Amino acid sequence: MKAIKCECGHENPYGTEFCAACGKPFKGGDSDQLINMRYEGSAIRSKTYNKTIIDKIWNFFSSVKVGVTIIFIILVAAAIGSIFPQQEYIPSNADPATYYEDRYGIFGKIYYLLGFENLYGSWWFITLLAALGLSIIVASIDRGVPLYKSLKNQRVTRHENFLKGQRLVSITPGSIPFEHIKGALIKNRYKVREENGNILAEKGRFSRWGAYVNHTGLIIFLVGAMLRFFPGMYIDKVVWIKEGETAAIPGTNNEYYLKNNNFILQTYSKNDKQYKAALQKAGEVPKNYESKITLYRAKSKPVIGELPKLEKIKDGQAKVNHPFKFSHYGIYQSYYRQGELDKMKFNLVNKKTGKAYGPMTVDLNNPKTEYDLGHGVEVKLSRYYPNFYFDEKGLPASRNKSPENPAFVFDFKTPETPDGERSLVAIQQTIEANKQQANKYKMKFAGVEMKDVSGLTVKKDLTLPIIIVGAAIFMLGVVQGLYWNHRRIWIRQKDNETWLAAHTNKNWFGFKKEIQKISDETGLIMPVDKVEPKRS
Amino acid sequence: MNKKTRLLFRSLILLIIVCAVSYTIYKSLTKDDVATVGDQAPNFVLTDLNGHKVKLSDFKGKGVFLNFWGTWCEPCKQEMPDMEKLYSEYKKKGVEILAVNVGESNVAVKDFKSEYKLTFPIVNDKTGDVVEAYGIDPLPTTVLVDKNGKIIKKTSASLPYDTIKQFMEMIKP
Repeated sequence: MKAIKCECGHENPYGTEFCAACGKPFKGGDSDQLINMRYEGSAIRSKTYNKTIIDKIWNFFSSVKVGVTIIFIILVAAAIGSIFPQQEYIPSNADPATYYEDRYGIFGKIYYLLGFENLYGSWWFITLLAALGLSIIVASIDRGVPLYKSLKNQRVTRHENFLKGQRLVSITPGSIPFEHIKGALIKNRYKVREENGNILAEKGRFSRWGAYVNHTGLIIFLVGAMLRFFPGMYIDKVVWIKEGETAAIPGTNNEYYLKNNNFILQTYSKNDKQYKAALQKAGEVPKNYESKITLYRAKSKPVIGELPKLEKIKDGQAKVNHPFKFSHYGIYQSYYRQGELDKMKFNLVNKKTGKAYGPMTVDLNNPKTEYDLGHGVEVKLSRYYPNFYFDEKGLPASRNKSPENPAFVFDFKTPETPDGERSLVAIQQTIEANKQQANKYKMKFAGVEMKDVSGLTVKKDLTLPIIIVGAAIFMLGVVQGLYWNHRRIWIRQKDNETWLAAHTNKNWFGFKKEIQKISDETGLIMPVDKVEPKRS
Repeated sequence: MNKKTRLLFRSLILLIIVCAVSYTIYKSLTKDDVATVGDQAPNFVLTDLNGHKVKLSDFKGKGVFLNFWGTWCEPCKQEMPDMEKLYSEYKKKGVEILAVNVGESNVAVKDFKSEYKLTFPIVNDKTGDVVEAYGIDPLPTTVLVDKNGKIIKKTSASLPYDTIKQFMEMIKP
């Protein structure tokens, strides 16, 4: 594969269509055929070397056709992925294997089987995005570098055949004062270079780099998206904290802890001036969801399971639309559960006399076993069923550990009943152990304490600035490439004739109007557009 | 650019992209920060029923049969007696059983312990941090940690006597 040496002396790489310096076409010869000006006739590198496996891969991704195909596949896949909700948005207790089929029928089943329920993080979608990135990089290098070189190497004096091969060409007989032409071009803000009585007038070359600037932005954007998968860059997690409790903030490696002091749900007052009429129809309408929280930082890195010594950083609140911010994190008020049973109060009451001892408070999450009610009255909690039911054998049991329907077995001793009595106490239900003889005392329910639980979303996104920069560069490239045109006018004076050839990379209409203006000023003949269908 | 530099340049760009993407895919496929087979078992400290702190690292050099359980879970009730039967035999051979309750009340756990006459250490994961670090779901889940502190197996199956014995053999130092 030899370089092509042009008669002007410039060496062009193999595959070049016309000389980068003087513009002499290497094919087609003397004809009036239009020259393909794309990439300035430079050899697209990949098309020329195709030897090793690396070259073959490179050449595959260099193809614009391949690039467009990849974009198309990504578009179709991303569109399908948005038909049904992604797995992270279905109820967390639902099994995706059955959820999609139950909810959306046969299409849901297919959707799940093909792995669309977790599309955007799936290996093949990431691979597609990577292929797109690769295609953009390779295609840009293969086209951008030779284009840059050609435009840099172009000479003012161009070969006759090059001029003839342009879309806009005119030959004006007689000589026109050179300074006059130059003046008109400069007036139209062209950068004018001259050589041996020939002119190259050029403007807006930088618009040719628009596509590459745009691609750079896109690559930065993709890198930003990729960084989300890297540790410490991106966090989007939910933590549930009950009022009064402290929990590690997920994603902070047990560095930060959050205490939920109070959850507040406010509704509009019925007498609200502005909304009174609407509220009468709608009933209760929430006005504010808010968690009062305190942020702590661990003084030392704890072993898992251990609550480290905490130092208070600050108090604050997470309100809907007003997150609690610290360092790179944002805490968002996202969910809540109200009225979870937390503590129950009981009195031990003499059934006959009604005399009551107590009250005693049972913590439903971690109850004490022994309670001293004074006056020699002792209550022992022997069994505890947080979510009580009778199992198939008819024995008391618990469904799980959450205190939704608590039941207790109490043993109580009073001076009057030194042998003790036992009963099972559940909500609105008391079963006494001794079937022969009724107990003298009973545990009487004396109130309940409830707590709210806040569901807070923890967010951190260090990739956002990168994505914004990428998107901004992308837009800059688009603007650069679309709102400016690269226009060139060649003037060649020879044998008492003045040749004018002109080329633009887009907006021929505007360009022709500009040449018309120059023609009017200088007396150069306005070229006839070879491409536009001739009108009668 | 000569052929050699060109090949090098192309290979380099392809290599960078392949590495970046492989890492990204690897990260997207592994559940974040959950200890899996092959990992070093994350150390933890929990409190037993008598208020004593028990650290996983206390059992360094021993195999640890780490069992996550709840009092309401039927398969847990089935495998616990078999674990108890094998406990004393394998304790002598350097295998510990550590039963991690998933944060129930001490009353319920004590009750269960005495009902099934369990003698191996039982600790309580009140905060759920250990359950989260080990990605435990559902119950029971058994994690086998060898003498070097490496996780060699993780299973949520209900274990019959023979399987427990086989597991104990696997982590015997």
